[in-house]
Parts: sequence; structure tokens; C-alpha cells
Amino acid sequence: MTDYIWLIPILPLISSITLMLGSAYLGRSVIATLGVGSVGLAAVLTGALAYNFLHAPEPIHVVYWTWMQVGQFDPSIAFYFDGLTLVMMSVITGVGFLIHLFSSEFMEHDNSYARYFAYLNMFVAAMLILVLADNLLLMYLGWEGVGTCSYLLVGFWYQHSANGRAARKAFIVTRIGDTAMAIGLLVLFTELGTLNIQDLVAAAQAKWQVGDVIPLLICVLLLAGAAGKSAQLPLHTWLPDAMAGPTPVSALIHAATMVTAGVYLIARTHGLFLLSPDAMTVVAVVGLLTSLVAAFTALAQHDIKRILAYSTISQIGYMFLALGVGAWTAGVFHLMTHAFFKALLFLGSGAIIHCLHHEHDIFKMGGLRSRMPVTFWSFLIGSAALAALPLTSGFFSKDLILLQAYQQANIGPLLWVGGLGGALLTAIYSFRLVFIVFFGHANTSPDREIGWRMAIPLILLCALSLIGGYFSLPVEKVFPIDDNQHPDQWVELVSISIPIFGVFLAYLLFLGRQLDPGFLIESASGRWLKQFWYSGWKIDRLYDLALVNPYYWIATIARNEPVDKFYQSIVITNQTLNAALSKMQTGRMRGYIVSMVIGLIGFLGLSLFFVAGAV
Amino acid sequence: MNELAVPLNHLLFLSGLLFSIGMLGVMIRRNIIFILMSIEVMLNACALAFVGAGAHWGQPDGQVMYVMILSIAAAEVAVGLGLVLQIQRRFKTLDMDQANRMRG
Amino acid sequence: MLETTIFYISAAVALAATILAMTRTNAIHALIYLIVSLLAIAVIFFVVGAPFAAALEVVIYAGAIMVLFVFVIMMLNLGEEGDARERKWLEPSIWIGPATLSVVLLIELIFLIGSVEGQVSQGVVSAKMVGISLFGPYVLAVELASMLLLAGMVGAFHLGRRLLEKRA
Repeated sequence: MTDYIWLIPILPLISSITLMLGSAYLGRSVIATLGVGSVGLAAVLTGALAYNFLHAPEPIHVVYWTWMQVGQFDPSIAFYFDGLTLVMMSVITGVGFLIHLFSSEFMEHDNSYARYFAYLNMFVAAMLILVLADNLLLMYLGWEGVGTCSYLLVGFWYQHSANGRAARKAFIVTRIGDTAMAIGLLVLFTELGTLNIQDLVAAAQAKWQVGDVIPLLICVLLLAGAAGKSAQLPLHTWLPDAMAGPTPVSALIHAATMVTAGVYLIARTHGLFLLSPDAMTVVAVVGLLTSLVAAFTALAQHDIKRILAYSTISQIGYMFLALGVGAWTAGVFHLMTHAFFKALLFLGSGAIIHCLHHEHDIFKMGGLRSRMPVTFWSFLIGSAALAALPLTSGFFSKDLILLQAYQQANIGPLLWVGGLGGALLTAIYSFRLVFIVFFGHANTSPDREIGWRMAIPLILLCALSLIGGYFSLPVEKVFPIDDNQHPDQWVELVSISIPIFGVFLAYLLFLGRQLDPGFLIESASGRWLKQFWYSGWKIDRLYDLALVNPYYWIATIARNEPVDKFYQSIVITNQTLNAALSKMQTGRMRGYIVSMVIGLIGFLGLSLFFVAGAV
Repeated sequence: MNELAVPLNHLLFLSGLLFSIGMLGVMIRRNIIFILMSIEVMLNACALAFVGAGAHWGQPDGQVMYVMILSIAAAEVAVGLGLVLQIQRRFKTLDMDQANRMRG
Repeated sequence: MLETTIFYISAAVALAATILAMTRTNAIHALIYLIVSLLAIAVIFFVVGAPFAAALEVVIYAGAIMVLFVFVIMMLNLGEEGDARERKWLEPSIWIGPATLSVVLLIELIFLIGSVEGQVSQGVVSAKMVGISLFGPYVLAVELASMLLLAGMVGAFHLGRRLLEKRA
């Protein structure tokens, strides 16, 4: 019944290759049909797979062939499918399909239509391989594949050098995390002799006690890889710049799927993290700090996509917090709901940008509520879910995370308070966005409302953002049971009321103007703080000073290194000798003969010398 | 003919002399016809040395080598004279110092 | 004793004829001297007991190869002005350097050859012995020589044909 599982990643891959090879011959409608259809078909197959799995929830393990064999090391091309994979695949193919559909209208007038869909399809294929892989090496293949596609798509409009720079930054910063992850894989293999995830977790639990050093080391290395891909502190700086790519790409890759790969990695190897409570605490603290830092930064941004990018970082911080406190299901649940509402918000912002001629500054928008009703409602629903207002999908998942954070053994209440602070900020900045963009007086006017291919994904994602919270994930066999004691009533009450309070605050500040923070913003420290947050806590500047500039400096020195001089001297010697020798080529035959005779005399003289010496 | 009393080195001296004269001719003449003739002299000098050595040992190998040299000389002269005709046609001269287009 | 005398006379003739051949300005004259030199060497071959080589020297060298030269010289039709030019090219300033080199080489050769001992002739090496040797151990060399001659023939044909076509 599940023989067709390999078709799901292969379909987008074939479509991608076809588009790459045939880009010059295919018409726009064919390109769109192929690009959107292949992912749609993959989504249908995933749906069929989900139907089977929900009826008979047994993990599926399919081995196709041995990838390579080096001594004891024989990773195979094999897929492992369980509840967690199902959740990820549904998000990738489902949300992916909607975003492809949206793209087909959004990119309609772009010259590189085929190239766009080729990259996007390749991304879907790589991401599916990442989540389906049964061993960490194959997963690493998908991991790097999505990284490559992310690079290609961030720099999609390569005609502007700033986009190319953003693409390189995304690639290089994630590469730092990937290197750490690769080292982690090597350590794992050396210690356990396998990279198969299921065997590996079993072997680790047999070999090590809770609290051993080596699992801690491995977990920290894996965390570094996950932090790079998922834009967590201190490797988050690439994600805001990655918004240089087309907006649907930001929705798919830099919000809904790829950036959650780190979350998936940690969830998939949770057996290792359970062996190291310290590593889990590190995960939780990293997640909490990231979510707070990014939330403050989002509060000061002007660019609609940068606000959403920082909110993405912040929300993934929540997922890490959930993973760190052992709330695996809650983390993955938030991953899913976040994919719905963040894709919705990005697509909504894409619609606004599309209709406003590539305007990104929110202060130049305003009053769009009546002009673009579909976009307004979808944005409102998305923001409500992001702010975790009751009854939206974000509410369920975030509430779960906060409750479980409160119960963490050591610093639970502290994490809970931090998380609440983040939730408050989230509510404020998301509704700041809504109030400024859609209310107030109009600064620009859109020339049209979006077409059906953009509207349908928005409406479907609206529905998912609203009801996504009622899904129950089929992951009870994947993760250990959460011992969900109900905390005190007041904890839950506070968790619910904080976002509502945040929205109210945002209303007072940005719409009703009852609360005028002018005196705060205008004061010296207020202005400094605003600038500090606007620049993303100066972290880019810090990296420039600490890493990039010294690197440039070394490179400048190395450019004129003495070793190079030595090699250049060889070149110069050769060139001089060559010039001298080529002067000897006079073209006069007698000259050549004379030189031959001189050589003959020389050699005969030598032999004479040796014969005489012998005599 | 057993009464022939010539030391081998006299024959080799003759060969060396002829070789040197031929080489001198190659070096001093500018006309390609003369250069080819001088080369013939040099080849012949070598042949003389082979035949003389073969006679000294009473072995046929010297004369075998002579046959080889003969065939080389024949081939060389055939191609060389063909080239002479081409040079005359293209450069309107037989002066090898004029035909120096292949200088570096 | 007679043979010894003949050897030295032939050697003197060969040397003189070669020197004269090298210094002539008229190509046909030079060629005639060269043929004399070749015939003298043929005599030397004969007296040292190599009658087969002597016969080949006369038939092929002095005969066939030199006739080729004659044909080409006739085709080129070098006249009196060629003579004068050759004389100009043979000034001492031109040949003094190469002559020094040749003398140096000759001295070296004499030093090397000087230590060789023994007589030349150990009896006649007949054509039969040469034939057996040629088609016995040296058969591969014969094949190679035939290939070489073929290549020479094709090359000469190719180089000469275009000239003849042009003429015709």
C-alpha cells in the first residue's frame, strides 16, 4: 500500500530537472502546470499516505539500496516514515503546494519563470528527502540541498548585487552551523558505528548514562547545526537579509519549512537530547533568548518583510524553548501551526507588495483595509494566530509551550516569564503591523485586488490558521508521553490574557493614539534604544568587527604573501629564459648546425676526458 | 687478399676525415644543394667506418648496417630534393639563410 | 702488398675528390667530384673484403642517388650568376669559424680512434653471408627500411607533384 512513498520526493525532482533542461522551450502555462502540479501531486500522495497511516499507525521503513560502503560505514538510501515525518511532509507538500499556486501568479511577469519553479521544486524535493531520511547522512544530503536552494532563491534576482550579498551571507552563516553538525555526525559515527537514526538512539541509550559528557558534546554540535539552519542566536543574522528573495520564497523556505529543519533535527534525535539534560537546558535558553531578542527587534522595523522575518526567528525560538523543556509534541505542534499562519502572513505581505509596486515600508502603506479585503482578512487572521489570541491555532500551540515551560524542573518559572514577555511583544508588533498597514489614512493606493491564484491559497491558509489548533498530531508513538499535570489555574489564565493585553496595548499605541509614547521615543536613551533594536541589537556590526573585518585584513596580507613571490619568481625566470631561448631561434639553418656541432664536440670531449681518465 | 696490411685505425682516420670535411661543407655552404651533397659525404663516411669495422671482425653486420645507411640516404635524398624544388619555387632562391621564416 | 697500395691511393683520391667537391662553385662540377670520391670509396670497400658493399656503392650511391642530384640540378637550371654568387659565399671570413670547429672535432676523433688496434681485413665477407644476416636476425630492420623508403617515396611524390602540376 505504501509502495509509492518514493514518488513523493521524486515528482518535484523530475519536474525541477525538466524545467531546468527545458526552460527555453516551455511556455509559461506549461511551466506553471508542471511546477505547481508536481507538488500538488506529491501533496495528494502524502494525503493518501496520511490516510493509510492514521488507520494503521505503524512506522514504515523502506530500504532502496546501499548508498556507499566504506568499511563498516554503509549508509543506505532508505526512507523512514512515522508520525513526525507525516506532520513534516504534510506541511511541506500542503503549504508548499499553496505557495507554488500563489507563486504562479506572483511571478507571472518575471523573465525567469522556469528557473524560479525549477529551484522551488528542487527545494521541495530536498526538504522531503531531509524529513524522510532514515539515516543522518541522507538527511545531511537533504539538509545541504535545501541550503543550496535557499542560496539560489535568495539570490534569485541576482541583477542587484545586494541580493547576491544576502545570498552569500545566508549560505556562509548556515555553513558555520553545518560544519558543527558534520563534526557531530563524525563523533556520533566514531562512538556508535552507525548513522541510522533509530539504531543510533537505541545504541546511545544503551551505551551512555544520563548526564555523560559525550552526549552533551554531540547534542551541542547538533544544536549548533540546528541553530544555523533555524536562525537561532548567535547564527540568526542571515534570515532578515534572506528576505531579498521573492516573497513566496520567504514564505516557503524562510518561514514555513526550511528554517524549521533545525526543530525537526532536534525532535528526531530527541533520544540523544534526553541523555543530556544540560544540552536541553541550553536549547531552551537559546530559544528563549532568541525569541526575546528577535521580538524586540521586530518592534522597531519599518520593512514589512523584515518584521515578519524577525517574528519568524522569534517563533522558532519558541519551538526551541519547547524542545528544550521536553515538550516535543508542543514544539512540533507549534512548528505546524506556525507554518500555517506565517505562510499566510508572508503571502499576505507578498500580495500587498505585489499590488503596491514593490513597496516594503509599512509607513508608506495604510488604509488598505477597504481596498484589499481578502488580504486584510487573511492578514488579520494570521496576526491573530501569531499573537496567539484565543481560539486561533497559534493560541493552542503557544499555550502548550508556556505551560510546559512552567513545569520545567530547574528554571521553569523563569522560562515561563520570559516566554510571556515574548508573547506580549509578539502581540504588540503583529498588531502594530496590522494597524499601520490596514487602518489609518491611505498613503498609496493599490492598483488592483489579487487574482484567484493568489486568493485561494490565502483563504485556505486562513482556514488552516483558524482550525489548525484542533488537529491532534499522530506523534504519540514517536515521543515519550508528556506528563501533563495541570498547573495552577492562575498560570493558565495569565498565559491566555497576556496576548489580549498586548493587542489592547497595540491598539492604544498605534490606532487609538490614547497612549502617546512620544516623550519616550524622543528622549535620548529612547532614540538610542530604537536605533539599537532597529539594527538588530547591533549583532551584524559586532560580527563585522569581530570576524569579517579581521578576515578581510588577513586576506589582504595573504594576497601579497612571500610564498607567492617565490612562485612568481619561477614564472619570471621561465619567461626570461624562454625569451632568451626564443631569440636563439634565428631561422638560419646553418646556425642550428653550428650549435649542433658545438654540442657534438662537447660530448666527444667529455667522452675523451673519461677515456683518458680511465687510461 | 689476405696480404692487405692496413691498420684498422687508418681506415677510421679516413672515415673521420671525410666526416669532418662533410660537416664543414654543411656549415659553410649556403646553397641547399651543396648542403645535401655534404650530408651525403657524412653518411658515406659513417658507412665506411661500419664496413671497415665489419671487415676487421670478419662479420657481415657491418655491411648490413651499410645497407641500412644506403636506404636512409636514398629516402633522405628523395625527400630533400623534393624540398629543394619547393624552396626554389616559393623563395626563388636556394639560399638557406633567406628561408628563415621559422625564427622564434 | 698491392692491395695495401691500392687502399692508400684510393684513400688519397677520395680525400682529394671530396675536398674539391666541397669547394666547387658549379654544382655539376661538385657532383662529378663527389662521384669520383664515391667510386674511390667503392674501391676501398672492395679491397677490405666487402665486394657486396662495393657493388652497392657503385650502383646505388654513385649511380642512382647521384643521378637524382643531376636531374634536380638540371631542373633548377643554375647559370653563371649562380657561380658568382657561390664564390662570394665562400669567403674566408665565412668558413674560418666552421673550419676551426671541424678541426677540433677531427682532433678529438683522432684521439679516440688512435687507441684502436688491429688490421682491417680478415678475409672476404661475401654477399651470401650478408644476405643470410639481412633476412635472418636483421629482418625487422629490413622491414623498417622498406617502410622508410615507402615514406620517402610518398613524400617525394607529394612534394614534387604539385610542382609538376603547376608547370603543366
